[in-house]
Amino acid sequence: MSDSQGSPSRLAGVGRDLVADWAADRRVFAMPWDKAMIWLFILSDVFIFACFLVGYMALRIAATEPWPDAGEVFALHLGGEAVPLLLIAIMTFVLISSSGTMALAVKSAHAGRRGATALLLGVTALLGLTFVGMQAFEWTKLIEEGVRPWGNPWGAAQFGASFFLITGFHGTHVSIGVLFLVIMTIKAWRGSLGERRPGFMTRRRGRYAMVESLGLYWHFVDLVWVFIFAFFYLW
Amino acid sequence: MSESAHPPLRAYLWVWLALFVLSVFSYAVDYVGLEGYLKWLLITAFMLLKAGLIMAVFMHLAWERLAIVVTVLLPPGVLLFLAALMALESHYTLLSRLSVFFS
Repeated sequence: MSDSQGSPSRLAGVGRDLVADWAADRRVFAMPWDKAMIWLFILSDVFIFACFLVGYMALRIAATEPWPDAGEVFALHLGGEAVPLLLIAIMTFVLISSSGTMALAVKSAHAGRRGATALLLGVTALLGLTFVGMQAFEWTKLIEEGVRPWGNPWGAAQFGASFFLITGFHGTHVSIGVLFLVIMTIKAWRGSLGERRPGFMTRRRGRYAMVESLGLYWHFVDLVWVFIFAFFYLW
Repeated sequence: MSESAHPPLRAYLWVWLALFVLSVFSYAVDYVGLEGYLKWLLITAFMLLKAGLIMAVFMHLAWERLAIVVTVLLPPGVLLFLAALMALESHYTLLSRLSVFFS
């Protein structure tokens, strides 16, 4: 069902494809099963995080006390100067870097390059671990300064609850992603992906296409951070 | 099982660079200390641009068939309606609290 029309009818062609994919008595999504399933899982996870973020919005709008200034709360003090959101900026930098290395890993995987895939997956895992470490440091610092789910020294009590819930769930997702990245790094390095050896957990045969599915999950984790960064830290 | 086209390496590298630049811009909005609608508009715009680039290029949606794109984007799009309703309700909650507890 390939379309090689000019621009005016391309939209019509794409629309026809959409209808045909859903209407025909066959598989809808023209991609490997695990890739389609990862997308549906990501969709469900988007709903979870959307609930948290909408809930945070509702809490913040309805709070009668002023909301703590994220710029001040999350500032790092360097040489006597308070640099607002410095740690968060570094965390964003780290996560975007990891998305870049992940994209390169997927590209290497499609080319069947064992060493490059393993190396890039390993670097992605390290960057993810760095992110989690910095988030753990952030939590420790805030808890030491008196932030609790039920109160904090600076403003509306709901701030702590929102912060710990949203960053906690996100950090957990990153940690699980790091775990799978480490597993995939080892599989790639040992050649299990190229030689299609069965895995230890599900006994499914390794394929380089698995790296793409893992990549989708990792980019989703970065995507959620983009929204958290904007709505929680900057807004 | 159709194999969709793969973009060249430089597409990923350009998007990677764009993500860094947009992140710097987002951080600058806070650092410079903009306020009000301009601040919110810029934060949201940069956020949507970053999200769009990640989904389209890194997650490959730009090269996938519309069926999966619609499946992935339409339900969260509908959630925007939920967000709008919750915003309205939250403002009402705030007004109720202010009038009952603080007047």
